[in-house]
Amino acid sequence: MHATPNLYDYWPYAGRPKIEWPGGKKLAFWIAPNVEFYEFMPPNNPKRQPWPNAIPNVQQYSQRDFGNRVGHLRLLELLDKYKLRGSVSLNVALCDHHPEIIEDCVERNWEFFSHGIYNTRYSYGLTPAQEQAVLDDSIRSVEKATGQRIRGYLAPALTHTEDTLDLIAENDFWYSCDLFQDDQPQPLKTKTGKLVSLPYSLEVNDVITYSVMGFDPDRYTDILKRHFDQLLLEGERSGTVMCIPLHAYLVSQPNRIKPFEEALKHICAHQDDVWFATGREIAKHFIDNYWDQSIADIAARGVATGGTGFRHG
Amino acid sequence: MDKSYLEYPKRAYGQDHDFYEWRQGKDRPRLSWDNNAKVAISLIIPLEFFPLNPSGAPFKHPGAMVTPYPDLRHFTVRDYGNRVGVFRILETLEDVGAKTTFAVNGEIAKRYPPLIELIKSQGHEIVAHGISTDHIHHEALSASEEQALIDEALSCFENKPEGWLSPARNQSSKTLERLAKAGIQYCLDWEMDQVPVKARTKNGNITLIPNNYELSDFTLLHTRRQTEKSWLKQIENSIELLLEEHERFGAQMLGLTLTPYVIGQPFRIWALRALLSKINSTENVDVFTAGDIAKQFTDQNANAS
Repeated sequence: MHATPNLYDYWPYAGRPKIEWPGGKKLAFWIAPNVEFYEFMPPNNPKRQPWPNAIPNVQQYSQRDFGNRVGHLRLLELLDKYKLRGSVSLNVALCDHHPEIIEDCVERNWEFFSHGIYNTRYSYGLTPAQEQAVLDDSIRSVEKATGQRIRGYLAPALTHTEDTLDLIAENDFWYSCDLFQDDQPQPLKTKTGKLVSLPYSLEVNDVITYSVMGFDPDRYTDILKRHFDQLLLEGERSGTVMCIPLHAYLVSQPNRIKPFEEALKHICAHQDDVWFATGREIAKHFIDNYWDQSIADIAARGVATGGTGFRHG
Repeated sequence: MDKSYLEYPKRAYGQDHDFYEWRQGKDRPRLSWDNNAKVAISLIIPLEFFPLNPSGAPFKHPGAMVTPYPDLRHFTVRDYGNRVGVFRILETLEDVGAKTTFAVNGEIAKRYPPLIELIKSQGHEIVAHGISTDHIHHEALSASEEQALIDEALSCFENKPEGWLSPARNQSSKTLERLAKAGIQYCLDWEMDQVPVKARTKNGNITLIPNNYELSDFTLLHTRRQTEKSWLKQIENSIELLLEEHERFGAQMLGLTLTPYVIGQPFRIWALRALLSKINSTENVDVFTAGDIAKQFTDQNANAS
């Protein structure tokens, strides 16, 4: 076990070279609905029990199912109203369970990235070959259901091994949503490939604000607006990224969707300054235009540690 | 229970330790601060290293890893503070010219020298904050083990710090005397009064600078999940009260914690801007580093005795 992941080098926020998003935009905004399937009777993992009290857990399972049956459409229609495309964080087994949801997203030209097979199957204890099988399954299942080759990864339920990021880089993924150390993209230190850490803004994820912090809907709206305003301000100096990671079983509850709309309204009123994009588009723009510049600036700070993720130099 | 459980050998007038005398706040010598300040504010900014593989001994440090190894989620959320959040705080401080106290884990000083350089170049003070969040000082450590923790933490800095904040603010009953032995002049772990208090040890005195737990951003915004608006209001109310009390009790102080991964979030930084602007526009309220307060206190204390 290591004290640091060594997946990225220290890169002080002050004095970084400028990033400009397409059209001279200051902030790249993306929205990531997590479309998840939690199993009713998941197998146990020695490192983590899938449901906190006992298996099955009827209340928790059915609330997740509400997200797919009721909540998803509510969110989809809201994003339609503001002409926003989602980047779906997908438990890929959902392609088999609920293809109607996938078809609706494909029709709207949404992007898909993998969030594992099920949110109740963790990465803990997987061998590299088993993790590779999860990636093969992810690529194949989404390609079959949507025609898209996935380029992004968010490990299921944020569970990882030391090999996770090396494996996704090796499989020609372009971005990881697994690291929350920054408001700008950063090249990751993988053995092969060009993998970007794409800001996924965990602190404004509805699971954090609603389930962990217990905030009410108006406070969530306030947080989203302030988060956006600050990052837009800083994006003048060098382009920033804001993501809103969402879960329909939380944000689409009848008490929450209207206050959430207020936040979207606020953000969408800044069309001149904001690049409304998907995860893949932001990652590609960064890799094509800012990869070398970032590596050079990080090296110039004089504190790069060498090596690659979990293989310390 | 053994019969000793109902025996009380220290049951006598005053404190049950020898660091300082019992004294009611109303009886303290009246202090005054520079610039005619009636209320001194110290802003304490912890820079913490949370290892991905903590031992968790003797207890889990607040904010330490939560999920099974490798907990990339909590590691990177904490690291955000040292990479991004702290720069937001520094810029906000620079806008109003406030000089503050950075309490720095030795591991941070070793790993992130450009951050330490920037802090120093902007005129802020650095105090030692142990080696890391996984190096907690506690009673079961032997004298040589605890002395080694202190010496190692201090050795991570080019200029040896004179101030100290313990990881998780946890001490053994011998920490103060061991800090004194290492040359530490003031400590930010204790908060029994609203003015500094002199602690005696067999290796010399240490000034204890109060550090308010209840108003810390970590306690109030993170642990207790209150709003930024309420945090701001509660600090403003505290300042107002200390101003009101000035006539009766003399000048007092507030030590406030600003945690980079908490107040340095994009959606929270406005509250720090608002706080600093309030302090700036309030007469007789000034920001001083903890070291500056310790010095002002020691000078007055020496004159008084």
